[in-house]
Order: sequence, then structure tokens, then C-alpha cells
Amino acid sequence: MRRNHIKKTGKEDNMKKAIITVVGKDSVGIIAKVCTYLAENGVNILDISQTITGGYFNMMMIADIDESSKQFSDIADDFDVMGEQIGCVIKMQREDIFDKMHRL
Amino acid sequence: MVNINEVIETNQMIEKENLDVRTITLGISLLDCADNNLEEFNEKVYNKITTKAAKLVETGRQIEREYGIPIVNKRISVTPIAIAGASACRSPEDFVTVAHTLDRAAKSTGVNFIGGYSALVSKGMTKADEDLIRSVPKALSTTEMVCSSVNLGSTRTGLDMDAIRLMGEVIKQTAEETKDRGSIGCAKLVVFCNAPDDNPFMAGAFHGVTECDAVINVGVSGPGVVKKALEGIHGEDFEVLCETVKKTAFKITRVGQLVAKEASERLKIPFGIIDLSLAPTPAVGDSIADIFEEMGLERAGAPGTTAALALLNDQVKKGGVMASSYVGGLSGAFIPVSEDAGMIRAVNDGALTIEKLEAMTCVCSVGLDMIAVPGDTKAASISGIIADEMAIGMVNQKTTAVRIIPVIGKNVGDVVEFGGLLGYAPVMPVNRFSCDDFINRKGRIPAPIHSFKN
Repeated sequence: MRRNHIKKTGKEDNMKKAIITVVGKDSVGIIAKVCTYLAENGVNILDISQTITGGYFNMMMIADIDESSKQFSDIADDFDVMGEQIGCVIKMQREDIFDKMHRL
Repeated sequence: MVNINEVIETNQMIEKENLDVRTITLGISLLDCADNNLEEFNEKVYNKITTKAAKLVETGRQIEREYGIPIVNKRISVTPIAIAGASACRSPEDFVTVAHTLDRAAKSTGVNFIGGYSALVSKGMTKADEDLIRSVPKALSTTEMVCSSVNLGSTRTGLDMDAIRLMGEVIKQTAEETKDRGSIGCAKLVVFCNAPDDNPFMAGAFHGVTECDAVINVGVSGPGVVKKALEGIHGEDFEVLCETVKKTAFKITRVGQLVAKEASERLKIPFGIIDLSLAPTPAVGDSIADIFEEMGLERAGAPGTTAALALLNDQVKKGGVMASSYVGGLSGAFIPVSEDAGMIRAVNDGALTIEKLEAMTCVCSVGLDMIAVPGDTKAASISGIIADEMAIGMVNQKTTAVRIIPVIGKNVGDVVEFGGLLGYAPVMPVNRFSCDDFINRKGRIPAPIHSFKN
């Protein structure tokens, strides 16, 4: 029975997840800006993690873009512009590329 | 769920180590375009290519954008024109019109190369095959995107020495016709033994007659990623070395498989194969020779290079096979000279010769690739080099190839610049002793004894 509780619903199985990464020198206000943008465009954040590598701040968000009114490529374009404005690199990629590379 | 370290690792491979998908190549059959009338044939060929490949470049760009992985080339391969155009073309000049049609179709679809201006003559030439081969210098000097290949032998048929002799002359003529551009025509012309039907890489890509109507083949890359992974295990034993190459090849190939499946789904064209080749580029940090140096060789070409290449090639296959549902094409390591900064360095330093490269081709995926030689090299000597390389392929039941550029007006020590992915090459010396009387013999070299397996 326990197995039933943790079984994923159909929606989750089919959900198209995106990975948003923010890499930069400084984090003040950056997360707020990215999160605000995502909220305004109907993108649900499922998970956030962060780490420091080589002196750079790395943040990763796993997001559900199914409900977003915007196209994937439009959001990615917006992040390019936002990244340039605040001096860091913001990328959005489909989750599959990481999943396929690191999982059997 | 993916974790942040995996994400950082993948993006580092893409951003710092030149990980990319080298090519999505759409294979298109032109067999149903065959026609007695040359104009009709050309029109059918143009329409079929531009219809089938209408969305290829756009789809490739979408995938690049969504997955954040560069797809460097989008290309088309077609049925060997000597077969598809056999009833329409009655002279070399007729075939040249088809080359122009392919060029127009390539430009219209936005791809950067179209392959398949080809003939398969491993046992003998039809009139159409010979006409196409004789048309190659004109075809390649008057087009930009067209690539040509000729299969001159196989393990099952032996070597067609008449065609090998002819190709020596054709390569010289092609060099001559494009001498104002560093004899670049020869960079778009390759000869094979045991040519695969599903190779996505240029200049040798063609859509074999064993293939379906249209198919997506993908070539991966990643010498920089392998080099970086090996830096992390500096000085470790061969077991660790091999495991590291294998694991890295697995990761690289999984990305290729993902892109291939995605392209196939979006274009509604079946997925064919992943070509596991480690393909270098002239960019710094994207070199096979750099991998040798990391393994412990001072330069590519030093004693031990053939063993290092054998190890690399085998581990790439072992990792890659597990990562893809279908593997094909050339699959192995490429060792082009002009397209690899480390190989160029090795030639300039006197570490690497044509003879050592020939030995290396016994254990890797292709052959003598993008090698510039003096412009006054005799056609018979070029045929001799080709015959040697074809013999290696025939006897070892593997694909071998020769893409050699006799650069008109240049000598040993000069450098020729091709630009872009084709890079630049130092002109290498060729053995000056004659093979004329051997090459001038007519006929075929029979298939080797171990080809009789039935």
C-alpha cells in the first residue's frame, strides 16, 4: 500500500521540467528577480539548490513550465536579457539533457 | 531528480570543454527521383530535398535552444548520384548539372553541406559511375556545399585498381580547378574502402541504397571532454584510464542519442544511428592529439601513439554502444590533420608523418584525413597512397578513407588555410620514390581469403 502513496500521478510523469541555472559573482537580488519573473509567467518552482564553485555562485531551480503562457524559447530569451542586465549567466534547459547524461 | 553538481558538470562540458553535437544529418533517398529526362530529374531532386529538409535547420536550432547544447552542423546526405542519376545523365557535364541542383537545394534549406555526389565502385565502374567520377573536379569547383565520395573497395570485393588510378588523377584535377582557394575542392572529396551507408560526417556522407526513404543520423563529438576527464586521473594505471574514457564516452553519446530522438520525433523522420566518432575541431581544447599528450606522449606521432589511439578508439566504442540504441556510421576517433590543432603542432614539430598516420589508421575509425601534400605530387603517387589505405581497410574489415589535398603551388613547410571547420594544414612530405608501374597495371586486387565466410 505504501507504494501507492509515493506513486507519481500521470501529470507528474508527463510534466515537462526545466532546469534554470544562475551563475555569477554575487547573489544579492538575483534570486528575487528570477523568482518574480517566473511567478509572473506562471512557472512553478519545484526545487531550488545552490553551491559555490570556483568562487562563483551557482543556483539551480527545477521548474514546471507546463502552465506557463510563454514558449520555452521566449523564456530562455528573456533570461538571456535579464542575465546581461544583472551581470550573470541565466540559462534554462530541458531537464532531459542532465537526466540522460547522468542516469541509466 | 537531477542534482546541482550534475547540472554544473554538464554545462561545464558544453561551455568550457567544447561538448557539442557535431551534426544532425538527414539522409534522403533519391531513388524515386530517377528519370530519363535530365531536367525532370533535377527538378525532382530539388523538390524532394527541399521538401524533406524544409524544417531541418529550424528544428536543429530549436533543440539547441531548449537543451542548451550546440548542434554545430545540420547536413543532408542523398543517394549516390551515380545510381540515382544513372538514367538521366549521359555525360560528365550532365552530372555537373545535378551537382548544381544539390548546391541550390542545400542553400535553400540552410544546411552547410550536402553529401552524396558519390559513386560506389568497389568492384567495377558503370558508365554512369565513371562519368560521375570524371565530373568531380568541375562539380566541386563550381559548387560550395556539395561533398563527393567514392567507394573504391571492400573486404568482400577487393580493390578496384582502375578506379583507384582514376581517382589519383581526379584528385589532382580537383586541386588544379580550385587552386585559387588552396585546392579546397579536395577537402570536399573523400575515397573509401568499406564505406558505411549511414555515415553522418562529411565529406563522406551518402544515403546508402540499403536505407529507408529518409532517416536522421547524428554524429557526436567531445575530444575536449575526454581530455578534461583524463586530466583528473593524471598518472593513474591503464584500467583507470580506460574506465574514464569509457564513462566519458557514455555521457557524450547519451546527449547525442537524446538529440537524435528529439529531432526524429519533431521532424517525423525515423532515427537511424548515432555515430560515436570523437571528432576534433581546430578550436583550442578540442583535439585528439591533446588526449594523446594527456595520456603521456610528448606529441602525437611519438612511439606509443598507435597503442594510445587503439585504446581510445576501443573505449569510446565500449562506452558509446551502451549509451545508444543504434550505433553506426564510422564510430571511432577521427585523426584529421588540418582540423586538429594538436595534430598540426605535431606535424610542425616533426613528430608526425604520413607513414605514422597510416599506421594509426589501422586502429581508428577512418583514415588519412585532411592531409595537405605538395602540389607537384604525382597522380600515381596519390593513387599509391590511396591503394595502401584501401588495403588496410580491406584486410582488416574496417572502413578506411583518404582525403588528401595536393595543394597547387605549395611545398613542404608551407601552410594552407581552408577556413572554418576545415582548419589549416602544414604541407607534409610524400615519399618521392615512384609507384607508377604498379598503379598503371589494369584490373582489380582480389578480395582477401578471410572474406570468404559463407
